[in-house]
Amino acid sequence: MGNDTVIGLEIHVQLLTKTKIFCNCSTDYFDQEPNSHTCPVCLGLPGSLPVLNKKAVDFAILTALALNCHINESNIFHRKNYFYPDLPKAYQISQFDRPLAENGFLEIRTEKSAESRNIRINRAHMEEDAGKLIHLERDGKTSSSLVDYNRSGIPLLEIVTEPDIQSSEEAIVFLQTLRSIVQYLGVCDGNLERGSMRCDANISIRNKENGELGTKTELKNMNSFRAIRQALDFEITRQRRLIEQGGKVLQETRRWDESSGKTVFMRSKEEALDYRYFPEPDLLPLFISQSWIESIENNIPELPDERKERFMKDYKLPHYDANRLVEVKPLGDYFERAAKNYNNYKQLANWILGELLCYLGQENIDIDKSPITPVALIELLELIDRGVISGKIAKNIFEDMFKTGQSAALLVEKSGSTQISNKEEIDDIIEKVVRDNCETVQDYISGKEKAIHFLVGQVMRYTKGRAQPDMVLSLLRERIDKT
Amino acid sequence: MSKQIVTEKDVGYIAKLAKIGLNKREKELYSGQINDILLFFARIKELNTEQIEPTFFEGTPSQHFHEDVVMPSLPQNIALGMTGCREDGYFEVPGIL
Amino acid sequence: MPLNELSVVDYLNKMNNREISAEQVLKDIFNQIDRIDKTVKSYLYLNKEEALSEAKKIDQKIKNNDIPPLAGLPVAINDNICTGGMETTAASRILKGFIPPYDATVIKRIKDAGGIIIGKTNLDEFAMGISNENSAFQITLNPWDRTRVPGGASGGSAAAVAADETLIALGTDTGGSVRLPASFCGISAIKPTYGRISRYGVIGCASSLEQIGIMGKGIKDLAILMNVISGYDELDSTSSHISTPDFLLSCREGINNLKFGIPKEFFSQDLDRGVKEKVIDSINRISQLGGKIEEVSLPNMEYALPAYSIIAMAEASSNLAKFDGISYGLRIEDSGDLEEMYLKTRGSGFGAEVIRRILLGTYVLTSNHYEDYYLKAQKIRSLIKKDFENVFKKFDLLIGPASPVPPFKLGEKEDEPLAQILAEIYTSPVNMAGLPAISINCGFTEKERLPVGLQIIGPPFQEEKILRVAYNLEQELKEINSVKPDLSF
Repeated sequence: MGNDTVIGLEIHVQLLTKTKIFCNCSTDYFDQEPNSHTCPVCLGLPGSLPVLNKKAVDFAILTALALNCHINESNIFHRKNYFYPDLPKAYQISQFDRPLAENGFLEIRTEKSAESRNIRINRAHMEEDAGKLIHLERDGKTSSSLVDYNRSGIPLLEIVTEPDIQSSEEAIVFLQTLRSIVQYLGVCDGNLERGSMRCDANISIRNKENGELGTKTELKNMNSFRAIRQALDFEITRQRRLIEQGGKVLQETRRWDESSGKTVFMRSKEEALDYRYFPEPDLLPLFISQSWIESIENNIPELPDERKERFMKDYKLPHYDANRLVEVKPLGDYFERAAKNYNNYKQLANWILGELLCYLGQENIDIDKSPITPVALIELLELIDRGVISGKIAKNIFEDMFKTGQSAALLVEKSGSTQISNKEEIDDIIEKVVRDNCETVQDYISGKEKAIHFLVGQVMRYTKGRAQPDMVLSLLRERIDKT
Repeated sequence: MSKQIVTEKDVGYIAKLAKIGLNKREKELYSGQINDILLFFARIKELNTEQIEPTFFEGTPSQHFHEDVVMPSLPQNIALGMTGCREDGYFEVPGIL
Repeated sequence: MPLNELSVVDYLNKMNNREISAEQVLKDIFNQIDRIDKTVKSYLYLNKEEALSEAKKIDQKIKNNDIPPLAGLPVAINDNICTGGMETTAASRILKGFIPPYDATVIKRIKDAGGIIIGKTNLDEFAMGISNENSAFQITLNPWDRTRVPGGASGGSAAAVAADETLIALGTDTGGSVRLPASFCGISAIKPTYGRISRYGVIGCASSLEQIGIMGKGIKDLAILMNVISGYDELDSTSSHISTPDFLLSCREGINNLKFGIPKEFFSQDLDRGVKEKVIDSINRISQLGGKIEEVSLPNMEYALPAYSIIAMAEASSNLAKFDGISYGLRIEDSGDLEEMYLKTRGSGFGAEVIRRILLGTYVLTSNHYEDYYLKAQKIRSLIKKDFENVFKKFDLLIGPASPVPPFKLGEKEDEPLAQILAEIYTSPVNMAGLPAISINCGFTEKERLPVGLQIIGPPFQEEKILRVAYNLEQELKEINSVKPDLSF
């Protein structure tokens, strides 16, 4: 495809404050009764006035610092005026030409390239979220809509990139990296499906010959990483084809339509509204002092890259393992909780990245809702280390632990599948196997190493896997040497 | 003959932005009146304000925030109680074409 | 004397001395309202039952020696200030039947101090106007001459005070809407420094310009209520942290050696001769009392009014966008879609003056015109502020007329949209600079015996100075202030 795809992203991040941006209503609105988390301010009643949430500013500054942005010492709020039922005041309080932060960057590393790249951040600014609309249809048309203002006034941080992104893959990596960071900072839970993180994209194709930027289209309504990937790929192809056929890309806003797998026209540039931005007179300018910035800078929590380095150093984990464990903060948290009381770190990492993630993935459960707790997992691993059960048996026990929630010790006891480490217990079986397999014994004696492994297998069969393979091997050799 | 700063068509556009329904007679009437007032406004052009910083805000600058502590919201029935257009806890509005 | 004619000072004295009861006073007030308000039409809504029940409660408290600071003081409220549980319409059809679920901060403070809200007064729709004729519901008459307007936008409150239909009232002042009606109705009014009184619960018109104003029969009355409602409010981000002194203490003798500036721009050709005479009279009196008088200039004054109008209309166009019929207020729904609903609701819910201002306000904010109008107006605002700052370096206060004209006839300025703006020529620059100002009755025009208001302007947060001067002048002009309008009809 080449380097001529030009993508810029506009991401809205819902901040995890307890209260809304301009009032003290609770932000915990998900799955609540509609219109139960409102007040005169976020309902836009006449006479109400906004008062800024300090924590929202703290979180915004924290995020802007993690994105290497310059924080504007004095920034102001603007009104963005338009009519829509989910906007109670018929204007959104946002920031326009004096935003909180500007000129940052985020480093990304795609799988394809060995090197990392900086995607520049144009700006990050604060604004309030709108309410939610549900459209009711009759005869294929929207007959009426229902409005819920619980979400109205939730604090948002809008992050706008420069058009530095060059492929849909890069866009996904950028978003995953950003999501990881905001999770680590504790400012957002980064849930695309629930809408706590939303993404719009601007795409154009640069003319390969003269380097001119093409007309860009805006893409909306992409609600998962998958949708974003597909929508971007579709739009890039659509634009390329159009250009190849001598057509013109029009400046318009398009919607990703999941059911048809296409981007669909939404509105043209001409229909774009005049928002009549002007400074919000009900809020005085926000002054962010150096000392305020410093106090936040000194308390930046550990970020994914830092944690990865630390995992490699302190836990001696290989790069691949460390990288995967830090990708999603709760996963790394799980590892560390276990690692407090268990020091076979590689084994721990293997089981978490292997069995645990596999079962969680199958049942679509998040790591922080895992039926096997770190403590329970350690118990299982210790049983393996002590030789009470074999690694193979442990896998079965693990499955049972996952399904029943019972402890490893209990399950092992119930199944009677503790490992035989007592020599006497298997002497008889070894006798039997040696007697019943004369030919194979002869093969071993005449130098065929493979033959002994067959015999080990037989012993394991008779002991139902409970014997320790190493011990069986050495006992067999002993026995056969005696012959 | 006084200068015409806005036409009826302009007034129609503005009214649409402001979501105020006007009939033809009203557009005529308002465009005349608005023109008069805009002519009165026009005198501000005489003043040279190139080097002047605008005053957007009144009031002594101070840091004015609310603490991140949840306070009770309006009960649902009160929030919905100021209109008759509601259904199942939601506000109901006519369809958006 | 009928108890509705009491000043606040006398009311509190008599209440503290147990000479009268809150209930008696309220009854006299409601009697007066019953008698004359079908003519004067100051009130849109009366809170009779609740007020009387409150009064009984407070009288009981007082019997038990628990005297709240306002002791049941009856207060009338402009209908653009939210009173919980009481209809609040801003004199607009679009809010007919709207009952706010909360009190404005000033209402809370009045109630907490033991004051009683007796009703909501008429105003120009959304406080847009200078004659009170723009109300969607009724026309208030000037108690001094019932063929004339009471002034606007807070004309209902002004008329109610002048006609002894209340002891004191609240209004709102965006560009003069408390000082102008006070001047037209021969009463006193104060517009405080921007940020002195909370705007939370005021149905906003122009956020960076407006303040609640107090309208009453005497300067001490204003000071008493200033003490109760002023001060920082955590619900209003523009309210000031500056401490509230005891404003009653400012009402004391002596204006010796205070330096008064007389802005020559306030004595232009626009000023009516009858008004000018009375204002100059008062200036002479002030000089006799020991004040030092000197002419000054506010060089950019001629641009203040157009700049103010641009800003006020711009902010109003945005503040009034929330009246969209979705969750409260009027909604007109035929069979159309959402767009139809917006257009019809707002098209018929708003009156002509409001529509005009919204259209103009929208116009000056559009991206093509923002720089030439809105931005430029805010730059002029900086110049106006500087002009005032400069004169206050040398002078303690400024004085001049509140209105360029005496109260005019009903219907006289009806079809003149420009006239609606021009009446605020002396008052609007004060809002542009966020300064405190008082309008006090300084006499009656020779020819028609119509009230004339004198405007006293002070530096930011120096309400004490303007109260002191107003108080002294009031004492000096006692014989003027003892005259009352003839309401024997």
